[in-house]
Formats: sequence, structure tokens, C-alpha cells
Amino acid sequence: MFRNNYDNDSVTFSPQGRIFQVEYAQEAVKQGSVVVGIVSKTHAVLTALKRQAEELSSYQEKILPIDSHYGLALAGLASDARVLSNFMKQQSLASRLTYDRPILLSDITSRIGDRAQTNTQQYGKRPYGVGLLIAGTDAKGTHLFEFQPSGVTSEMVADAIGARSQMARTYLERHLESFEQCGRDELIRHALRALKDTLGQDRELTVENVSLGVGGVGEDFRVVEGQEVAPFLEGLSENRAESGEGAGGESMEVDS
Amino acid sequence: MAALSHHHLSSTAPFAFQQAPPQNHSGEPTQHAFYPYTDNGGSTLGISGKTFTVIAGDTRSTSGYNINTRYAPKLYPIGGQGPTHKGSKIVLSVVGFAADGRALQERLDTVVKMYRYQHGCEISVKACAQRLSHILYNKRFFPYYVQAILGGIDEETGEGALYSYDPVGSYEREYCRAAGAAASLIMPFLDNQVNLKNQYEPAAVSGFDKKQLVPQPLERPQVEELVRDAFTSAVERHIEVGDGLQMMFITKEGIEEVYFPLKKD
Amino acid sequence: MNHDPVAWGRPRDDIYGSYNPSYLPPTRQPYSSHPPSHPTTHTQSPVVTGTSVLALKFSTGVVIAADNLASYGSLARFTDVKRLRPFNRNAIVGFGGDVSDMQYIDRLLLSLVVQENYAGGGESVTLMNARNLHTYLSKVLYKRRTDFNPLWNALLVGGLDEHQKPFLAYADLLGTTYSAPSLATGFGAHLAQPIMRKVVPDEAAAAKLSKEEAVKTIRECMKVLFYRDARSMNEYSLAVVDVRGVELKEDNKLEAESWAFADQIKGYGTQTV
Repeated sequence: MFRNNYDNDSVTFSPQGRIFQVEYAQEAVKQGSVVVGIVSKTHAVLTALKRQAEELSSYQEKILPIDSHYGLALAGLASDARVLSNFMKQQSLASRLTYDRPILLSDITSRIGDRAQTNTQQYGKRPYGVGLLIAGTDAKGTHLFEFQPSGVTSEMVADAIGARSQMARTYLERHLESFEQCGRDELIRHALRALKDTLGQDRELTVENVSLGVGGVGEDFRVVEGQEVAPFLEGLSENRAESGEGAGGESMEVDS
Repeated sequence: MAALSHHHLSSTAPFAFQQAPPQNHSGEPTQHAFYPYTDNGGSTLGISGKTFTVIAGDTRSTSGYNINTRYAPKLYPIGGQGPTHKGSKIVLSVVGFAADGRALQERLDTVVKMYRYQHGCEISVKACAQRLSHILYNKRFFPYYVQAILGGIDEETGEGALYSYDPVGSYEREYCRAAGAAASLIMPFLDNQVNLKNQYEPAAVSGFDKKQLVPQPLERPQVEELVRDAFTSAVERHIEVGDGLQMMFITKEGIEEVYFPLKKD
Repeated sequence: MNHDPVAWGRPRDDIYGSYNPSYLPPTRQPYSSHPPSHPTTHTQSPVVTGTSVLALKFSTGVVIAADNLASYGSLARFTDVKRLRPFNRNAIVGFGGDVSDMQYIDRLLLSLVVQENYAGGGESVTLMNARNLHTYLSKVLYKRRTDFNPLWNALLVGGLDEHQKPFLAYADLLGTTYSAPSLATGFGAHLAQPIMRKVVPDEAAAAKLSKEEAVKTIRECMKVLFYRDARSMNEYSLAVVDVRGVELKEDNKLEAESWAFADQIKGYGTQTV
């Protein structure tokens, strides 16, 4: 079998200028269940599709509140996300203690970006196998940031990462213009519709498998789950009833 | 000024073999060492009831005979969400060296917030009380110079819970406690009125038959009156107490804050 | 004589040979500029000092003042030392106490403002406000007192808070902090504070006070301080911070001084009756 000589560590370039370990880490993000984020002028919304590792287990945690003004959604290795979110929590508390002010989202995002980058340039380290959407409000207004294992961070208006996220991004691109002026509930519905578009034919959004994070100007970031999601799921759109499990056959569940 | 004081050189040696300590006019050695503490005055108290705990403190801050400000709270909600401590059901009061008090409050608050983040639920008062003891004890060789009182609701019984501390972390659960500058004025009053010390059954107040009155948990209006009386009296007799009285009532619903002006003299 | 401060009070090298510094504990403190293996030394008392700083809140901002003198003990050593330090358009700091520590904090604030402009993209909404600055400075001071290496200052931070409302607070070498409608450090706490408290007894009175009244009160207090504080001078800096930013004038002269009362004073000097 072909053996790749340039993927033993994350500090060696291939002759084509690629770092395979980083690319593999990005594959881990694509295996994680999908998360969607959108911001309007006044609100920031994250939605996520939760998987159940097995029938008898609980659903995974996809959205984590970090400080009262922001939270994150993860796709990929949940344990790597936990390490990053602990760091973010501590940095956020430190900002409140030292300066008595909430940390800027651009600031915290670039700090985890820098951390992730060092993992791609030091021998013996492994890149984080997780992608994050970071959403909330700060002194500059509402924000949505994307974080990738490579250390690349970008500010977005709407974004989706994880398995089959392309379907969600297609939806978001189609409605891009309308987001800025959206009200809170409408923004949530947009995010859920985008999430719904990623589903295989016989799967549905339910109160069990949907997780929602909402924050905004004058509204603390909060995770909404269970029956509280139900009103938003009603009449999202017509159900497309077709048979067969979704394409790709991705059976490997990384984030659990 | 150390830089300006004259140092006597040894008369036998033409060089400074050993530096003489700086002398002042009285002949006593002048002390220039930095002293890292000060006393910011004020007083606090706490009383626990059947379904609530009250923590109270005056709002004056002093340095010697100066009043720094008439409004410097000594009561801090601990935990809850965000910088406003939304949903918190624990109150810490600190009196003594205010800067240490503030540092202690921030440490405990951070610990309680991290607890919630890691465990997904609020810490119990009992656990929070023990943690506070550890924080104080860990700094016993350079103590937080404060007397702390912690109040909340006992999760198991639903009753008020009150814990009091010394600066190095000794603590116990009590029904009432006064701390700070006027503690020696207020504590005997609370002993008598809350724990009914030296109060006997009216039938036989002396002799072998005399029977101590058994303390009963007090109702909130009575307690509020006791607190106000305690502080208005302390204001009359202690110069470091005054300006305003801040009370926090902790119930299973949360924290209710009451402010009551005191004499500003 | 060897004038190197590190050699003060040490046995002379030409008689005893040089001291073997390997017996000394290693220097671990980050603030020290001493070469390694000299003993750790800390400021035990201030040397060149500034006296009081005064500040007063008014309806839309804060007035703050401090004179331009740096004393060396009782010697009026430097007469053009500016003790008000604007931080940005929202905040200003007034320094009392050790002047070298003031200059250290000044450098600290300079690096902070650079860092802030870099991280915040230079947008006005991300500027630190007076509350942020005060919290930061109080942490620096408390950390240093906890290390037994204090920055020997009493500071007033004035300006606007996150809601663009007047903000005024105190912090000192012990990390003590408090906030009030009027504040004064040093002698000002004894001499000026009673006058200012007559004008603004509480926050409600400060919210009604005009800028002109506030400036007038502060100028009056600076005069009282010059009369009675022997470590003060008659030239001072005065700043007003409000929504229009910091307006600082560093060469104010005391006006309408009257020393007519001086010959009435009895019990000092040669006069005994």
C-alpha cells in the first residue's frame, strides 16, 4: 500500500507545500456533526445537530456558553474543544478580573488561533482536531468567528462547519442579504433551516437532536435545548420524504 | 525620609563597616519597613433564619480619622451568571483590610464560577464555605486580613446557613455573628436577642430552678428590626461605622438587597 | 567614595576584597534591573514625591488637578513635574507619591495603550474607559504590595465609564480602592475634601453640578492647599474630562492669593504671645 512519507508529523512540508497532519485534522472537523452560525445586527445564533453515540446514550454537547456575552459551537473532537474552551473560559474571566470588561471576540479568537498554530510548528505536537464557531456580542457589536485546526480564523456573517455543511452553506449564501436586518426569532429559524438542509432524507430535526445558542445586544448568551426549541421547529418547511440514508456513508463518529 | 536622615559613622573606622540604623530625635530606631496592611473600618453581621439568611454591613470606608467614601459595599454576591451574579444564592461579607477583602471575593467568585462551568450546577453553600476556608488557610503565612461571613441556604434542609471565619480560615456554622470594628458592640446584643443568652423563663429568673429560654428561629421582620437596631446603636458608639446600611436577604428565590441610610457624622 | 548605590553600606573592596556574591540568594524579581546575584532590594520609602491630587465629579464629567512640584523631602526639588497623565479620550490619571514610580507606571500605561490600539483596531468603541483603567491599575498596585515591592503612589483615575457617565476612583500602594463624588489624596484628604464635600455631598448633587462650578471649587481647593501644605506650589495642572475628551492645561497659576491672614497667626516662629 502507498505510504505517505510526509505525514508523520505536523512540522514537515510535503514537496507540494502541504502539511498533511493539518489536513487530516481538518478531515476530523468534516466528520463532526454539523453546526451553523449566523449574526444579524442585533443577534448571534448558533445551531447544532446533536448525535447520539448509541441508542442508550445521551446526546453530545455541541454548544458551550463561555462567558455571558458569547459561546461556541464545535465540530470534531469534543475533547480537544474542551481543552480550548477551558482556555477561553479562563481568558474571559481574566479579562473581567483585570480590566472589568468582557473580552473582545476578535481577541479571544486570535488567541486560540495562535495556540493552534504553535501545534503546527513544533515537533511532537498534534493539531487540534476540532473546528469552532464562536458567536456573541462585544463592544464592537455582534460577531461570528470561525476557527480551524490550522490556526486560521475568519470573521463571518453566516457559516457552517461539519459533516454535509456544504448544504447549509448553500442555504446561507442564498439568504445572505436578509440576515443583517433579521429579528431574533427569524434569525433562529434561518439557522435551523440551514441545519435542516444538511439532513439525510429520512431524518428530521427534533427537540432531542437540536441544540441552539442565542445571544445578542442586551441579551446574555444562552443555550436553548429540549422543549424550548419546539416552537422554532414548528412549520420550518415542508418535509422532503425520500428514502435512503444520506450520501457519503460517513460511519466514523469522531466527536463523541 | 530615609534618604535624608543622617547616619552616624563609626568613630573608630574611617569607613562604614556596619551601617547604623537611622536614628530619630527620640533615640528610638525609625521604622521604615513597608507595612502591607491597613484597616478600613466598618462592621458586618449575619443572622440565619428558618427559610432565609441575612447578611448586613455598613457602607463607610475609613483610613484613620478620614472617611474615604460613604458608599463602599462590604457585601458581595458569589457565583451566579456573569458580572451581575444573576441567580446567585450565596453572599460573602468581608471587613478589615478592604483590598484583601476584594481579592478574596474575586478568588472565591472565580472558584464558584469555574465549579459551575465544570459541574453544570451551582455549588452548595457547605462546599463553598469549606472552599473559602481553604483559600484563607493557604495564605496563612501572609493572610488576607479580613473577617469573613458567608451566608446562603442549606440545600439539604432549606434553612438559612451562616458561616463565620477568622483571617487564617478557621470557620464554623452559626446562627448569628458580628464582625469588624463594632463586633464587640454588636455581638453581645445578638447573643442576647438571637440566641437568648441570659434570658430566663419569667416564672423563676433566679435560684436553682431558673431555666434558659430556648432560642427559636426568628421571622424576617424581627430580624430586619434587630439588624437596624444593631447598626444604629453601633453608629452612635463607633466612629468607623456609619453612612449607610446594606442588607442582603438570601432565600430560595435569590438575593434581595435593602439599603437604609445611617447617620453620616 | 564609591558612589554606586549597590555599594552603599558595604565593606570596602580595597580593604576586604570584593564580596563573593555567590553567597547571596539569586535575584528572582522581574522588576529589578540589578545584575543577577545581588540581593533583592525594594523601595522602603518614597524619595522624590508629589503631594495631593484632587478631583470632583460634575454633571457630565470629572475635574482633576495636581500641582507641578516634585519634592525631595522638604526641598522643593523640581517645579515643572506634570502629575496628570491623560490615558485616552475617556480617562486621565493623577499621581501622588513617588515620582519615579509614577514614571514607571507612565511607561506601563504607554505600553498598554499601544497594546490596546493594536488589539482593538483603533476603534473608539473599543477604547478602555476610566473604570477599565482603574481596575487595571489597582491590580498592578495590589500585586506589587503583595510582592512586598510596592509602587509608592496614591492615584486618582477620572473620566467616563462604559455608559459615558462620570467616573472617579482612588487606588494606592496597598491596593486599596474606593469611589466617591469627590476624592483627594494626601493632605488634600484633610484640607480639600471638606470643601468639596460641601459642594457635592452625594452622587445626586454631583449629577447637578455644572462644569464651571466644579472647576471653581477645585481652584479654590488648590489655593487652600497652597496656603497650608508646605510641600505644595502655586503652579498646577488641571484637566476636565467629558464626552468631548480630555482638556488639560498644565501651567495654571494660583489667582487672588491673600496672605493677609499670615501675620495673625500666633504660636509659631518668633511670636509667642
